[in-house]
Amino acid sequence: MFSNKYIFLYTSALVVAVAVVLALTASLLQPMQELNRKTAKMQEILKAAGKTVTGEEAVSAYDREITSEWMVDMQGRIVSEYKNEKGEWKAVQGGERALRAFDCDLKAQLNKAAAGDADALFPIFVCRGNRYIVPLQGKGLWGPIWGYLALDDDFNTVSGATFGHKGETPGLGAEIAEDAFQQAFKGKKLFDGQGVFTSITVQKGGAEKYAGGVEHAVDAISGGTMTSNGVTAMLADCLEYYRPFFQHMNQQREAAADTTAAGEVVMLQ
Amino acid sequence: MKEKDMNRQEGRQKSREGVRKTAEENRLFSAKNMKLLTRPFGADNPVTVQVLGICSALAVTVKLQPALVMAVSVVVVTGFSNLIISLMRNTIPPRIRIIVQLTVIATLVILVDQVLKAVAYDVSKQLSVFVGLIITNCIVMGRLEAFAMANKPWPSFLDGIGNGAGYGLILVVVAFVRELFGSGTLLGFKVIPDGFYEAGYADNGLFILPPMALIVLGVIIWIHRSFNRNLIEK
Repeated sequence: MFSNKYIFLYTSALVVAVAVVLALTASLLQPMQELNRKTAKMQEILKAAGKTVTGEEAVSAYDREITSEWMVDMQGRIVSEYKNEKGEWKAVQGGERALRAFDCDLKAQLNKAAAGDADALFPIFVCRGNRYIVPLQGKGLWGPIWGYLALDDDFNTVSGATFGHKGETPGLGAEIAEDAFQQAFKGKKLFDGQGVFTSITVQKGGAEKYAGGVEHAVDAISGGTMTSNGVTAMLADCLEYYRPFFQHMNQQREAAADTTAAGEVVMLQ
Repeated sequence: MKEKDMNRQEGRQKSREGVRKTAEENRLFSAKNMKLLTRPFGADNPVTVQVLGICSALAVTVKLQPALVMAVSVVVVTGFSNLIISLMRNTIPPRIRIIVQLTVIATLVILVDQVLKAVAYDVSKQLSVFVGLIITNCIVMGRLEAFAMANKPWPSFLDGIGNGAGYGLILVVVAFVRELFGSGTLLGFKVIPDGFYEAGYADNGLFILPPMALIVLGVIIWIHRSFNRNLIEK
């Protein structure tokens, strides 16, 4: 009934028609999807900084709250900086073509660093009120997990955290995206009393069971041990690359504090 | 059975019956057409009677909102794939009809997925892969093969909408039960008063897990059959 020629022509025409329709929709909707992705990222960053905003407010809130974006290298130096000037992000260090922290693909940088490439750069978001937000990226049980950790200006105390996941088990691993789990990170410390980097462990059985002290651990999720371990690994792996930067910044801060203290002493005399 | 129905309908239209009767048959929402739309809600439900689309019914029914969006997505896909295939039905070479059907379904699903990503980003994140998996939902291709390949566009469209909605109805009922008992919320709003929790009530975590979706589905099938006894297999 239908010749082979007809079948070939028919399928070719069908495929071309479908391709045109799909390509058109994809390119028409792309700006909206891009905006959604950006908005979601901004919401997560702001949430780590303790500000919950809706999707519509996200862009303006981000421009208001985040004052600069840095890229730091593995030696702890800031290599580029973008500053927010009345809603426009301008490079103030590292040149016009420098990578903006917001557009940085953290996963690619982590892979680069893991492969031993010393050029890997890591983003930091500076929020009003001297808080510094570090992005995180790791593996859960079923797929990727990610998060943002807000640190106080001692680069040691956690002031907020937020986590997301692609497809962890609902009710178990997926609880890392819930407030109850994220709130537990507040006030935890990355460095111990001697200044040794300890990261934060998500401890099965409860934070007080962690041998290294309760300020370096949070309660794991019952039934979500694999995801909890994934969060621990993510924190340790990502923060390790930031460690030189944290220590460097903290030394600078202490040095500055010393000079001001000395200055005050002089003033008082 | 439906094919026979439709053939009879066409035959009757051609036979010299009263003009009024033909007009009645041709009306967009004639009794016969309405039946295509409503049967999937009851005696012909794709999930509880034909037992199709179970997998996604387990996966997206933890919360009501994703279940609603999923239901709408499936209605769109079943409705329009039936319509398009029915329009194309006389040109499709039988040897490659499955591939053609799949191409149409896949295209529609990708369109739905793209639109969701653009306008309902949060929900599309929650649904993740399950929107894409509508492609493999047996209901869609089942209706194409069983109905759209042999019927006119308008009845096919109604049949698609009806079957999609029949699936969606079950999805929403299961999600309602699971969100209410599993999380104590509906559409994200707390509905169980704090007093209950103070008195010792606790959300049942089992409802959040996939097995409970199967059990809820089983109970729905049970209730459905106890009202509709001729569905019970001997």
